[in-house]
Amino acid sequence: MRLLSGFIVGLIFGVGIAVSGMINPAKVLNFFDIAGTWDPSLAFVMGGALITTFIGYRLVLRRDAPVIEATFKLPTARDIDARLIGGSAVFGVGWGIAGFCPGAAVPALGSGKWEVALFVVALLAGLWVARMIIDRQAGKGALA
Amino acid sequence: MTGLETEFTPLQSLAGGVLIGLSAVLLMLAQGRIMGATGILSGLIAGTAPGDKGWRAAMVAGMIAGPLVVLAVTGQMPAVDVPVSWPMIVVGGFVVGIGVTFGSGCTSGHGVCGMARLSPRSIAATVTFMIACAVTVYVIRHIVGG
Repeated sequence: MRLLSGFIVGLIFGVGIAVSGMINPAKVLNFFDIAGTWDPSLAFVMGGALITTFIGYRLVLRRDAPVIEATFKLPTARDIDARLIGGSAVFGVGWGIAGFCPGAAVPALGSGKWEVALFVVALLAGLWVARMIIDRQAGKGALA
Repeated sequence: MTGLETEFTPLQSLAGGVLIGLSAVLLMLAQGRIMGATGILSGLIAGTAPGDKGWRAAMVAGMIAGPLVVLAVTGQMPAVDVPVSWPMIVVGGFVVGIGVTFGSGCTSGHGVCGMARLSPRSIAATVTFMIACAVTVYVIRHIVGG
């Protein structure tokens, strides 16, 4: 059931990314290029996704538990700290350089373009290196 | 450097956005989890429990199948035009990987799910990465490339 629900969720997400145009870095970069070849489409993607999720979450979270798992696993962190803001700023810079965010790059692999595969390999390398740094810091903290 | 012109597609983009939201709602209904691409990918490469990797791999497979379904239905592969050089792709990918890990999320996790929960952290993260991205595009296209 977890596998099937995972696949179906991924499929709907991937179709959404493809239909919306988020899959196309040229389109994504143009959303941010207000001074140049501006394409406001991305605002409609965000709007459609946000309204649907806002309403859907309110309906789903009325339940005592999700269908497959025993409990809802919602993030509990509340601090707006330097790590959150610094990390997000770094992400934004990378997004502006290549035009892909993680959720758009994975479905874009389906296009078979080598540029996408190259981006995803570099993305995974970045995820892995950052995870190593964070784990090492946590290890030192635990020892100290 | 100037960008390629792309067509303004409000209806398609809105419909795609609704599907993205629907996938997030379904994951919350089924597994009680936030739909975040960063979290899904991190869990695949980091040391999570073996039983936790299967559904993540299945979700990634579903995501990759998405554009193929669009191809099967419409007869046309959605456009994926990468208007930057390969060194920029490599640098961009690596920098995104570092940033989303430290920032605990990306456009899907913070921008859609977190914002829909009205999480102050996600709102702050989303505002930050949108501004950082816009500034980066401006600098690359109009200052460096101008």
